[in-house]
Amino acid sequence: MTLLVEDIHKSFGGVQAVAGVSLSVQAGELLALIGPNGAGKSTCFNMLNGQLRPDRGRIVLKGQDIAGLPPRRIWRMGVGRTFQITATFASMSVLENVQMALLSHAHRLFDIWNPVRREDPARAMALLERVGMAAQAGRPCGVLAYGDLKRVELAIALANDPALLLMDEPTAGMAPSERVALMELTAGIARNSGIAVLFTEHDMEVVFAHADRILVLDRGRPIAEGEPAQVRADPRVREVYLGTGATHGIA
Amino acid sequence: MFENLLVQGLSGLASASSLFLVASGLTVIFGVTRIVNFAHGSLYMMGAYLSWTLVTALPRGHLGFWGGVLVAALIVGVIGVLIEVLLLRRIYKAPELFQLLGTFGVVLIVQDVALMIWGPQDLLGPRAPGLRGAVEILGVRFPLYELFLIAVGPVVLGLLWLLFHRTRWGTTVRAATADREMVGALGVNQRMLFTTVFFLGSVLAGLGGALQLPRESVNLQMDLAIIAEAFVVVVIGGLGSLPGAFLAALLLGQLQAFGILIFPKITLVLAFLVMAVVLVVRPHGLLGRPPASAHAAHVVEPPYPPATPLVRYLGFAALALAVLVPPFMGEFALIVFTEIAIMVLFAASLHFIMGPGGMASFGHAAYFGLGAYGAALLAKHFAAPMELGLFAAPLMAGFAGVVFGWFCVRLSGVYAAMLTLAFAQIAWSTAFQWVEVTGGDNGILGVWPSAWAQPKLVYYYLALVLCVGVTLLLRRAIFAPFGYALRAGRDSPLRAEAIGMDGFRIRWVAFIFAAIAAGVAGGLFAYAKGSVFPTYMAIPRSVDALLMVLLGGVQTVSGPIVGALAYTWIHEQLMRSFDLWRLFLGSVIVALVLFFPQGLVGAAQRLTERRK
Amino acid sequence: MLEVEGLHAHYGRAHILQGVTLAARQGEVVALLGRNGAGKSTTMKSIMGMVRPSQGQVRFEGRDLAGREPFEIARAGIGYVPEERRIFTELTVMENLDVGRRPPRPGQQAWTEERVFALFPSLGAMRARPGGRMSGGEQQMLTIGRTLMGNPRLILLDEPSEGLAPVIIERMADAILALKRDGLTVLLSEQNLHFARLVSDRACVLEKGQIRWEGTLEALMADEAVKQQYLVA
Repeated sequence: MTLLVEDIHKSFGGVQAVAGVSLSVQAGELLALIGPNGAGKSTCFNMLNGQLRPDRGRIVLKGQDIAGLPPRRIWRMGVGRTFQITATFASMSVLENVQMALLSHAHRLFDIWNPVRREDPARAMALLERVGMAAQAGRPCGVLAYGDLKRVELAIALANDPALLLMDEPTAGMAPSERVALMELTAGIARNSGIAVLFTEHDMEVVFAHADRILVLDRGRPIAEGEPAQVRADPRVREVYLGTGATHGIA
Repeated sequence: MFENLLVQGLSGLASASSLFLVASGLTVIFGVTRIVNFAHGSLYMMGAYLSWTLVTALPRGHLGFWGGVLVAALIVGVIGVLIEVLLLRRIYKAPELFQLLGTFGVVLIVQDVALMIWGPQDLLGPRAPGLRGAVEILGVRFPLYELFLIAVGPVVLGLLWLLFHRTRWGTTVRAATADREMVGALGVNQRMLFTTVFFLGSVLAGLGGALQLPRESVNLQMDLAIIAEAFVVVVIGGLGSLPGAFLAALLLGQLQAFGILIFPKITLVLAFLVMAVVLVVRPHGLLGRPPASAHAAHVVEPPYPPATPLVRYLGFAALALAVLVPPFMGEFALIVFTEIAIMVLFAASLHFIMGPGGMASFGHAAYFGLGAYGAALLAKHFAAPMELGLFAAPLMAGFAGVVFGWFCVRLSGVYAAMLTLAFAQIAWSTAFQWVEVTGGDNGILGVWPSAWAQPKLVYYYLALVLCVGVTLLLRRAIFAPFGYALRAGRDSPLRAEAIGMDGFRIRWVAFIFAAIAAGVAGGLFAYAKGSVFPTYMAIPRSVDALLMVLLGGVQTVSGPIVGALAYTWIHEQLMRSFDLWRLFLGSVIVALVLFFPQGLVGAAQRLTERRK
Repeated sequence: MLEVEGLHAHYGRAHILQGVTLAARQGEVVALLGRNGAGKSTTMKSIMGMVRPSQGQVRFEGRDLAGREPFEIARAGIGYVPEERRIFTELTVMENLDVGRRPPRPGQQAWTEERVFALFPSLGAMRARPGGRMSGGEQQMLTIGRTLMGNPRLILLDEPSEGLAPVIIERMADAILALKRDGLTVLLSEQNLHFARLVSDRACVLEKGQIRWEGTLEALMADEAVKQQYLVA
């Protein structure tokens, strides 16, 4: 089991944002976390990536408890992330963005002598190749199209050979066609390299097409978990989240 | 005993009220326009001067006095509107530091204008009619006017609160504080809104100045004295928070009042010390909130291209000139050249944290000055030779960088800039007030180079080698993984942390590097001048460094070098040619902010790009 | 009512809009469809004056508004609901609505807080709550209500379904249909085709800064080629 979460809780000023969520993700598996706005998805996510410390509960990555560690430590233990709104270094080229992750992985950030320009680009290029961005390696990230930025983020997230990928609304802000392409790419990489993927998502087409399992939250608590077909048929999930299906084409 | 404490406490309350009047205007203006208005102190000074003129010209009595005070405040409001319409309105989209500098330009202009109109002597105003006497409190006489002032603060706070929470104008202003563009899209003319807010803030500053008339003499130092304190109050309270400003004014008023009883020497440092402590505990002030980053204008910084062949040739040519020409120059020119070399390093050191690091420092002179003092103190107390002194300079500055930097790099934006300013003021006042060790205002004299370096030409080459060497080292670091990591933290802290970077440590180390480099510059400066004074660490020198960096262009690698050359030259020319050099320098700054927001190198880059 | 003709706009050196031409008639709901980056948001911001168009015309009720300030355009009767919602987080629901208030035109039935609460009942239950303490769906309702308080005759709705749960999106669709029944004209930018189909009369498909296809939603749903080329593939 790559990731095992047991009964985590978090409250803010008396408001219980997450009240007892447990989940697990295996290598090569895609688990989707869905639910209405304010259900606690983001809070859950931020506890997993280290931005928040759970009040209670365990978060176990490959046998080690990571609850409460800062994000950079969690990254070094093999967790890659992509953000809801892409976060890249806008003043650097696509290649340099990936190289930064590699330099950080090699503990070389305090090198003040060797120009980055003379680094061997082979590994970074290989990563960009994997996400189909090699052709744009020299362009500054500040001018890329949104869908391409998402791919760069994926390449950065893969730079330290992660065991787990956390993707917060990976297709938010993308056109439907790009969504499908990005998730197919992600699913392929995850299955081939044995990476566990946990993602939140509002696009039900993406969720039902790519998730192996789905966990539905409402008001900080899990209300359903299972394979897509099971979850889709669940009357409670329909009531609090999915609705009639008129707006997502999945009934 | 108790009576004395009570009187002291009441005096503290009266000072707090005055301070609050000025600070409230500053914080209201900041809240809406996001401009840190350095010229707010100048508006306060104008209020005092104008009320002096009106009150002395008008017939004596209630109407003459109070009428004069109110009319003075209103005139200041109009002056504020003029500043807003002519200057600030054009730079609302410029980076914070540019706005700060633009308003500093206004400070310089107002200083010389006031000098021309009212002359250099202190002016004494009449006392307030009806409030001339004193009352007896527990057997101690206490001036009535002070009691009146104590009441003014809470009354103004209450009126402002009603204005902002019970009128539609106030609600709109609060909405604009969060998101001006959206307010515009809802049909509100935000230009008018900003102008009215600026009017209100300026009137408050003018009123604060005018009400000082019966308390103290009116002079040309009022502006910078009050602005430093008002900044402290606003920052402690939390930028944009009125109740915060009130609380901070009370706190500071009391601390000053009692501090003077217990430890008179600490008064200059006290305000800044309190600010440093508050910011460490609460990074956004007592009642401030973190800025809503959700819709802060997102600035994408340009990439740093490696030097083009042209830039490289220009660099080599400049260096060749710097090496080959001086043997044929006179003493005075050598002194100027030495100073320019030192300023290039000073500017480059500030640029290192400002450009790639994205951290604004308003107190970089501290490290320059501490470098100079490091060398001079060794020379004075241990008769150490220059070689040792030049080694001690970066050590001392670097040590200060370690300590101060640890606090400063935790904050961002205006708060970080203010904290750097606070530490610089602490360093400055220590040098100023610890007379036994530092010689206070008289400085330390007789800091001369070793015999071999005494000839001006030899010392010039020494300075050149050290300055160019360290500057190139900083440049090398910018293009190495460390410089990239620094930029990474600036571009996206979230992403940097998510790929294992410790942003705090990276910024801290960069801060220390910058301090060490500034220390080298300061040490060289001390031996070049043969003396060291507290002014080496004062606000104007920090502003010099900022001007050099901004003049050249923050987001260019060669900017600080060009900026230092240009600025030192302009400054030299102005000081030599004009009595009213402040007026000219201020105008140059305002022009720079208005017409060259990317700096000289940035403008040159745009030109060459357009030609392609 | 609204006629946009040959609209060009730039962001820095990027030429985002390359001659957008579209129109909306009184009481119509027009959907602006297209991929991310096609120029939907920029079209809306250019109509609103928040991005200054470099060329072209924006005629509204006969007046050319291109190049005017956003506040003038808002006063002319166009309301804008941004994609990011941009609620004033420190202000309460009532205060948010108050900021949006503008006098109605003679003869127009004015929007009031009560009328907004009738449209979005859940807002009425949280009048004193600060905007920052509302869920995404509630904020979306508030931002629409705030714009309605300005008594616009046309509203620009930028991706109202983005990031919302399907059940909330359904409520949003009901609200838009109610506004349409009141005679309001709506220009809607959308990525969710299912949602657009529920509420719109016509669609304009935007790609690389130009309108490439125009027609009814039924025609669009039937035209696999267009869907493949501009929306799905």
